[in-house]
Amino acid sequence: MKKSIILGTSAIVAVAGIAYADGHMASDMTLVSWGGAYQASQQNAYVAPYIANNEGVTAVWDESSSEAVAKLRAMNEAGNVTWDVVDVVAADAIRLCDEGLALEIDHDEMLADGDDGSSASDDFGDLIVSDCFIPQIVYSTTFGYRDDLVGDTPPTSVCDVYDLEAYPGMRSLERNPIANLEWALICDGVDIADVYDVLETEEGQDRAFAKMDTIKDNVIWWSAGADTPQLLADGEIVMGSTYNGRLFSLIEEQDQPVSMLWDWQMFDLDGWIIPAGLSPEREARALDFVRFATDTQRLADQAKYISYGPARQSSAPLVSTHETLGIEMAPHMPTDPANSVNTFLFNYEWWADYRDDLDAKFQAWLAQ
Amino acid sequence: MTDATGPIVAADGRPLKASLSRALRREKLRAFLLILPLLAFVVISFIAPIFDMLFRSVQDDITSRTLPQTVVALNDWDYTGDARPSEQTYEALYFDMFMAAEAKKHTALGSRLNYETTGISSLFRQTGRGLDDVGEDVIEAMEDASAALDDSAFWAGLFLTDDRSAGDKAASARAWASTVSDQALSLPADVYLANAAEAALPNAARQYAAFAMFTHTVDEDVPAEEDPWEAVWIALAQDLTAGELAYDGPEAAELRAVQAAVAGPMADFTFTDAFLAQDDDWGEASVWGTIQTFSSPYTAGYFLTAIDLELTPDGAQAVEDDVAIYITLFWRTLWMSMTITFSCILLGYPIAWLMANLPDRSANLIMILVLLPFWTSLLVRTSAWKVLLQQQGVINDTLVWIGLVGDGSRLALINNATGTIIAMTHILLPFMILPLYSVMKGIPPSYLRAAKSLGATNWTAFWRVYFPQSVPGIGAGSILVFILSIGYYITPEIVGGTKGVFISNRIAYHISSSLNWGLAAALGTILLVVVLALYWAYDRIVGIDNVKLGG
Repeated sequence: MKKSIILGTSAIVAVAGIAYADGHMASDMTLVSWGGAYQASQQNAYVAPYIANNEGVTAVWDESSSEAVAKLRAMNEAGNVTWDVVDVVAADAIRLCDEGLALEIDHDEMLADGDDGSSASDDFGDLIVSDCFIPQIVYSTTFGYRDDLVGDTPPTSVCDVYDLEAYPGMRSLERNPIANLEWALICDGVDIADVYDVLETEEGQDRAFAKMDTIKDNVIWWSAGADTPQLLADGEIVMGSTYNGRLFSLIEEQDQPVSMLWDWQMFDLDGWIIPAGLSPEREARALDFVRFATDTQRLADQAKYISYGPARQSSAPLVSTHETLGIEMAPHMPTDPANSVNTFLFNYEWWADYRDDLDAKFQAWLAQ
Repeated sequence: MTDATGPIVAADGRPLKASLSRALRREKLRAFLLILPLLAFVVISFIAPIFDMLFRSVQDDITSRTLPQTVVALNDWDYTGDARPSEQTYEALYFDMFMAAEAKKHTALGSRLNYETTGISSLFRQTGRGLDDVGEDVIEAMEDASAALDDSAFWAGLFLTDDRSAGDKAASARAWASTVSDQALSLPADVYLANAAEAALPNAARQYAAFAMFTHTVDEDVPAEEDPWEAVWIALAQDLTAGELAYDGPEAAELRAVQAAVAGPMADFTFTDAFLAQDDDWGEASVWGTIQTFSSPYTAGYFLTAIDLELTPDGAQAVEDDVAIYITLFWRTLWMSMTITFSCILLGYPIAWLMANLPDRSANLIMILVLLPFWTSLLVRTSAWKVLLQQQGVINDTLVWIGLVGDGSRLALINNATGTIIAMTHILLPFMILPLYSVMKGIPPSYLRAAKSLGATNWTAFWRVYFPQSVPGIGAGSILVFILSIGYYITPEIVGGTKGVFISNRIAYHISSSLNWGLAAALGTILLVVVLALYWAYDRIVGIDNVKLGG
């Protein structure tokens, strides 16, 4: 009798304890992402499973990632941050961290260990480019070209973009100096290891702009990731740069006569940040979600829906086939050995310094 | 008839004039109370935020808030000379920067100053990371001299007391630390800065107070249980080497042991060398010149940048040609908006005339056709223009099919100024047609008939009789279209390419991408002033009374 009372009491205490712990996590989350296929892959790979595992939790999407930095800054100034977990590119994560708008993360403490037993910081490795950044995927900005407009010798090098004789017609490039200046210098004969050193000098910048001058009249400048796929599908351009996942869906899902040119693709990272200054309940929920959403299996699952590489090394062996098309996803990943012969990583530190200056130069150059 | 000398009086004997004005005043007050809710709404939700945003174009107190002591120490430094700033300046920078780095404010300042001088962003970020290593030798010597220093209780015993008579010795430290961290810091209740330590070790006491307040207020930890920052150690080393130690409070024996050990390493230590070891750029006049130039709480810098000038330590100078863009964009915005307004008049006038003169049934049909695009999403309409105008688009295909242009020389109708003008003329056309229509509806047709019956030709009757009466509609439509187009953003962004984008696209870039809100505010203010100036000029030339939005 006495024993059962004790048992009963401890059961009540245990239940109360769970309820208490749960009571310390908010039940509503606002997740911020980019919309489209990418957000859908996140919804399928980890938001839906998370909600299924945690009864009573709801998640609302806000498709504001492209303006996340400005909006978070405004929310912070107004003292009312309504977002809980925000998907941003690495450069924005660094900026948010610099501005004190994002929570600093202790990756080993707050994130799950890899399935292979490695600690989170080892598993993500160099991809943790900021103390606030929780890496999710590796994507790349690279070129796609129209099979029917390039003749019998399809382009094999990024420098074919600069070859107007072999490949006449329009190209599309991002209306942004990042990646374009690097490609211009690589095609002007600069070694990849020296690109940023050369770009630091006035002469090096002039050299890059002079190289771009040679094709300036044949370029359509894009600002949205959907522009290049649209232009390729319409036959407006011969080749153009965009995010590799956009080209994947153009080629594999929409079956357009377009091929990938992986040469000198520029790697970039995308991941989560948690806004600074959330209430303890909301922060606890956000951390709990992120811990689940960036574990080895979840990141590997995301690759079923979109051709972006998982940021954890331990996820790579688990990448399987596309959910609806059934094709093997590994050969479509930017990180696949066959695709990543020549690559470079967006140099975040360098661009944080030079972006203001070079963007002014780039815009003035465009307006000339 | 009243007395010729006295005022006219009302029935109650008051002067009629006063009585009348009282009645009118009451009327006005009632009218004012009726619009008060709307007025308050507009002021709070519209005018106040706009002024707050515009105010950012001159506000620039981030440097003086984040590095308050450095800015003061830098006052005497002469940019034009060859000399580096003084050791006191580097010392002030160390303590300011340490506090700022703890509060994570230094990187925001770095981003701000990077708008002016490339490289400061990473300089601040990296220096913030390396500050813990400044004076390593000194700190090691102190640790070797006394193991007690590694115990947080030693520091708390030295600097903190619960003796109320100690008073508020921490006031200046609080003011400084609160400014840098941008939060109201305070010591825990009933904890005071000890008198004796404050008198004998002023630097260390100040730094420890800042540490204790920050730990208590921001980290919400107990200061006495936390190890103090490296800055407190360095400050203590400074105090101990400043001269004879006149102190016999708690921990005095330990302090004397440390004092003996620290003299050697401190003789080799300067803040200047420590910063130069972090990064050579700390010896650059351009970095210090930028800090000095932007150290006042208000700046003309953003406005200068907005008109292709830059604020340098030597005053305002023109920027180099390869980065000058804003004047070009302002001119382009103005002339393209005028072109769009003019095309709207050309296209809208005949349609409005048709609508005003056709029978109601047909007029209503045209009205629906005018309004239908008006109700369609802006993005849909703009994207539709993309499909129509591109080189493989409907218009070019048709022209090639007819044989007007060759397949190899398709017209470039989009991603340039032409694209912007075509798409925006279409989008803004209803704003021209509607006021024109309502004015034309009010012109009696009998006037035209009268003119003709008096012998005027069709053209004379139109030009001398009808057109002058429709001018108020043109005025109203032009003002609407021009002011809307001058601030347009989405359409030029999508169809404008590089030669068809407006100043508003740069404003959007600085708001959402570069986060240079000060510059965005300055550009916005200039745009607002230009619009107001044009409105004023319009009023002087045409007269605003001649504008009618309705018959």
